[in-house]
Amino acid sequence: MRKPWWKIVAVVFLVYTFTAGFLIKVPYTGNLFESIRNLFFHVPMWFGQIILLGTSLVYSILYLRRQDLKYDIYALEFAKTGIIYGSLGLVTGAIWATYTWGAPWSNDPKQIAVAIALLIYLAYFVLRNSVTDIDKKARISSVYNIFAYFIYLPLIMILPRLVQSLHPGGLEGAKGGGNPALSGEDLDPVMRMVFWPAVIGWTLLGVWITTLKIRLNLLRDKNLINA
Amino acid sequence: MKNKIVVLLKKDVLLELRQQHTFFGILLYIASTIFVLYLAMGQPESMVWNGLFWMIQLFICINSVAKSFLQESKSRMLYFYSVTGPVAFIVSKLIYNALLMLLMSVLSLVVFGILLGTPVNKFFLFIEIVCLGGVSISLVFTILAAIAAKAQQNAALMAILGFPLIIPQLLLLVRLSKSAFGEVFRTGAILQLTLLLLALDIMVIALSVILFPFLWKE
Repeated sequence: MRKPWWKIVAVVFLVYTFTAGFLIKVPYTGNLFESIRNLFFHVPMWFGQIILLGTSLVYSILYLRRQDLKYDIYALEFAKTGIIYGSLGLVTGAIWATYTWGAPWSNDPKQIAVAIALLIYLAYFVLRNSVTDIDKKARISSVYNIFAYFIYLPLIMILPRLVQSLHPGGLEGAKGGGNPALSGEDLDPVMRMVFWPAVIGWTLLGVWITTLKIRLNLLRDKNLINA
Repeated sequence: MKNKIVVLLKKDVLLELRQQHTFFGILLYIASTIFVLYLAMGQPESMVWNGLFWMIQLFICINSVAKSFLQESKSRMLYFYSVTGPVAFIVSKLIYNALLMLLMSVLSLVVFGILLGTPVNKFFLFIEIVCLGGVSISLVFTILAAIAAKAQQNAALMAILGFPLIIPQLLLLVRLSKSAFGEVFRTGAILQLTLLLLALDIMVIALSVILFPFLWKE
């Protein structure tokens, strides 16, 4: 248990999210009603996913610079957790959409974009499995990971702003304009008190899961890395 | 640097002219796919036409670009390694594939027009979009072909890697083409979409030039 403070922060913030998130008084806007509480679970998944995939990108770049297999394992595990977060985000979003938009899937640009993102990263895992040589696998998949991230970012950050969307922030959408994720000023101050801790808590939990898996993998491949 | 690119480009064109079977193979592929489409659905309405056209472009691109790296044997790559740099090599491949795809796109547009009819209102605008689209798709698949070739896999892996990655460009292109079918856009929207596509192209070129040297060394 080296430097466990951020793990404690993660647990405290998540406990706070699960208690305060369900107890505080939320404003009723539009047809959201009580389902607005999903904001504490759905949106942090996407913050977490972008941060985890971004970390994966950084380790892929580090691998190409240093040629150390350790970084490749880091990149792989961060991408895996990122995809788990993405899937959870998709599921929480689908549940939310069932009650507010009337159907779990309505071909919203952002739903399409994240479905594509899942395919892109599943292709990353397929690519890794198709190469047997370890150094070659690490190099090729790092290149693909970097390439994929830079295609994914415009897909999720720029495209949803250009078209009509059911999500907030789409063009001529319900609220119109603004940040596709969420603009801080729109958020009720009481909800903001829970929302940001929730984002930090979920992200730290993702990092924690990843570090555990990295440690497991490093132990398993000990011979390869030191050789 | 410039010389090397020109020489490599010349070599690729010369190879294409000497080994005409691959070139005609792709032409036959275009003709037969579109003919099958014609038999299956006659002359479809404009939205279906548009969707089919871009999907066919995607498949043509996979078939024509895939061989650009897969045809280079290991020993020949070693030879290139000793006489040129990776940047010159990838740039020449990018240019060559863009030119090849440009030709194929225009040819497939002609065959499409003959067999499936031309529901396009603004024909010159559509040709411009087709050229832009052909180049955009070929750029993405060039670097993916390099990755797939390094993984010593066939075109199947390229398709698995490429299909999700090409969707942003393809969606933009399908949307942009709707303007040529008479759909009225918001003022400035066409320019915005075109610039976005160009920006994506520049990013793909930059990433290819930066990342290819890492793929190249063995």
